[in-house]
Amino acid sequence: MNLRPNTFAAPSRFYAMAGTLTPWFWAAALLFGLTGLYVGFAIAPTDFQQGDAYRIIFIHVPAAWMSMLIYLVLAFWAAWGWMLNARMASMYARALAPTGALFTFIALWTGALWGKPTWGTWWVWDARLTSEFILLLMYLGYIALTEAIDDPRRAANAGALLALVGVVNIPIIYFSVRWWNTLHQGATISMTAAPKMVSTMLTAMLLMTFCFWSYSFAVVFTRARAIVLEQESDNEWVKGLER
Amino acid sequence: MNWTSLDEFLYMGGYGLYVWGSYAATLVVMSVEAVLVRKRLQAAVGALGNSEASG
Repeated sequence: MNLRPNTFAAPSRFYAMAGTLTPWFWAAALLFGLTGLYVGFAIAPTDFQQGDAYRIIFIHVPAAWMSMLIYLVLAFWAAWGWMLNARMASMYARALAPTGALFTFIALWTGALWGKPTWGTWWVWDARLTSEFILLLMYLGYIALTEAIDDPRRAANAGALLALVGVVNIPIIYFSVRWWNTLHQGATISMTAAPKMVSTMLTAMLLMTFCFWSYSFAVVFTRARAIVLEQESDNEWVKGLER
Repeated sequence: MNWTSLDEFLYMGGYGLYVWGSYAATLVVMSVEAVLVRKRLQAAVGALGNSEASG
């Protein structure tokens, strides 16, 4: 096959490619997850201030990062599909949404369970927590809107508009701990300075991030393949799959 | 190793409820998502035969 930048814009080729790659993403997710959890629990030391409660970080931070990243990717593909009338891009955006929403929920849930023993509260309406909660509402709104409209192209375009409007929330979440006085702690990892974190803790956290990233590809690819079959069922190549 | 027994590991320095509550919820959510998405794909594949009959 001659690979070009737009090779997988064709739903049929995406379907085949995703089917081939998905098992590898599952394997990678399992490998990264087991290694990350091992480093996080067996090797990383107990925290001086927070004791063992800090070990929630190995889920909380990767989930929060995925919640933001997936939204940006969703908005990108939704916009691409809208502007270039590219069906596969729109289908991919719809495939991303539930996974993004679930990671947002995990970030909020684990954050609450971490906050209770360390801050003394399950929740505060500070800038970081509030904006992450709004992110969850954006995901749910996108899903509700795209599910409510029957025509796939109209659904995709309406969803794209909503997704793009919500993109402004991502930098707000990211910079919230710098722009406002928040209960949530400031950035430990930055792009300009060395991480202020014990290296074994950081390693475990990064391994779990790769785990969640691989997992995301596995579930999103599977969901996208389902959406392709659902929306492209009138096409010849889909009929050819029935065998 | 940070812990000398399973009990100690589950106790997690007194924070067991919070730590395991986090990990359990995450595992459940991710497992349910994986199962549901696989079912969706299987249903979509299964529905392929029907479109010919009605179309």
